[in-house]
Amino acid sequence: MSATVTPAPLTARPAAPVPARVRRRAVRSWLRGAAITVVTVVFALPLVWMAAAAFKTNVQVTDPTVGLWFRPTLENFRSVLEAGQILRSMGNSLLVGAVSTVLAALIAVPAAWAVGRFTMHRTGSLILVARIVPAVSLLVPWYYLFAQMGLVGSYTVLILSQMFVSVPLIMWIMISFFAGLPVELEEAARTDGLSAFGAFRRIALPLAAPGTATASLLAFVFSWNNFMFALIFADDRTQTVPVTLFNYISYASTDWGGLMAATTLITLPVVLAAVLGQKYLVAGLTSGATKG
Amino acid sequence: MSATEVSRARPAAAPGAGPARERRTRTFEQANRRLKWTMLTPALLFVGLMIVFPLAYTIDLSLTDAFGAVNAEKKHVGLRNFADALGDTRRFWPAARRTVVFTLGAVLLETALGLALAMLMRKPFRGMRWVRTVLIIPLLTTPVAIGILWLLILDPTNGIANHLLAGIGLPRQEFLGSVGQSLPTLMLIDVWQWTPMMTLLLLAGLTTLPEEPEEAARVDGANGWQRFRHVVLPMLGPALATALVLRAVDALKTFDILYATKGPGGGSDFEVETLNVYAYGLTFDYQEYGSAAAVLVLFTLFIVGVVVLLRRRGGRKTA
Repeated sequence: MSATVTPAPLTARPAAPVPARVRRRAVRSWLRGAAITVVTVVFALPLVWMAAAAFKTNVQVTDPTVGLWFRPTLENFRSVLEAGQILRSMGNSLLVGAVSTVLAALIAVPAAWAVGRFTMHRTGSLILVARIVPAVSLLVPWYYLFAQMGLVGSYTVLILSQMFVSVPLIMWIMISFFAGLPVELEEAARTDGLSAFGAFRRIALPLAAPGTATASLLAFVFSWNNFMFALIFADDRTQTVPVTLFNYISYASTDWGGLMAATTLITLPVVLAAVLGQKYLVAGLTSGATKG
Repeated sequence: MSATEVSRARPAAAPGAGPARERRTRTFEQANRRLKWTMLTPALLFVGLMIVFPLAYTIDLSLTDAFGAVNAEKKHVGLRNFADALGDTRRFWPAARRTVVFTLGAVLLETALGLALAMLMRKPFRGMRWVRTVLIIPLLTTPVAIGILWLLILDPTNGIANHLLAGIGLPRQEFLGSVGQSLPTLMLIDVWQWTPMMTLLLLAGLTTLPEEPEEAARVDGANGWQRFRHVVLPMLGPALATALVLRAVDALKTFDILYATKGPGGGSDFEVETLNVYAYGLTFDYQEYGSAAAVLVLFTLFIVGVVVLLRRRGGRKTA
């Protein structure tokens, strides 16, 4: 792990006596580096263990003496992919996540602009309600409604229910983003002859593109992960990845290798997103919290 | 692009001050106000249709004896479901107690650990980027996958956790396999998944703090702990309170990991059945929609109460 901290450089000439204060600081710096390294390893290790297990034979997976040194096999991935369901579920998750995120952004970004630009705190706090309410209490009426419309099992319902999470999430992040943009740019654009909507579309929206991208990525990840909505509203054809994983536990609890290959496969996009967009994702996750 | 056009246009408009300009500003504002509501309406409609209407429906449902098929006859029974729930010492109150224990335990541990980690990582260091990447992965990972992963790690006979415990001379643990240990184990999994979130939130809060007060305290001879306790912590109060509220709300509603590790119903002895899991089971396993709705109304009121309480506390501290 590259988490270690460079110790404060000791004096350039080794002959000169090192002052106690400098030495103490160097020791403290080393200790801090060691502590950060240990902590990072603790948080990373379970996921490393998961990825490693995906490449083990079924005998090795359940043998705790087989650590991280073993001859890797692709057998688990082959069997999981051949079974087919995981790929179909990933396709479903991709579809539901992409469509619900785009629709949610179309609704939430303009609303966030209005709230952030005109500091409508009361309207803004309405979206907090959506974070507080337990999803189950909405699922009952939704289920009633959608069952009567014969929509349970359809992509439409999965997308609509997912938007319940995405719309408040995107608004949450984008409100503080728009509030942080200088209003003068939009005013100047208006003076220049743009309509109010034109100023939003031509000035505010392009400036907010990085924030929108972050918020959308987070909304997509939350959709990818969502279990409860899919558990209720998806059928065999439309099921998304968390439901498929859960089915593996109940039916094939002995096939740990296959299970770990499946969990690794569906975690891969998330890890990729984290590695590529770490800076933006952290900014997105923390923007609402530190300013709210 | 458009930004440069804007900066060019600005000085040209400025000289036109006076009544004409004022009138124009007023029309801007009117146009903006109309636009504001146009922009808000879709979101408000969505929130209304998907949240306010269902909530109202749930409250109505909680006053009925709805049971079985979705379109079955139901009649209003007043507050009977609430009385039943509040008088239920077999499922409801134990679930409520577990919800509180789980949330308090997990969130307090996460806050303490998260704060310690944030302080540790406060000053920039080499590899910061990688550490933050590692920290963000647990909270983005599918909770069901995390549940399954920990089932493998914590397996009583073949898991690596017991192997490591044996390595340092500790006795074998049942973890999720035992009624008594399931809830504490799940709290630890929650701590593993969500401490990074606390760290990142508090780290963001720490970077916004001014440096002068701490410098002044250092000059006055305050040691590291004193500076943390009397300078940093009070200034961090608002960020801490917000992070706490966010995490507490989500912890109260924990579902995926409980379901993935212990199956529906929170285990054979209901040992990890929280209010959320209980309400879910009543609704979708037993189809007792009326009773479930009553439990959900109580649960929602409880969460709202917690949020109001925490916010007021946090607010007073910052004032």
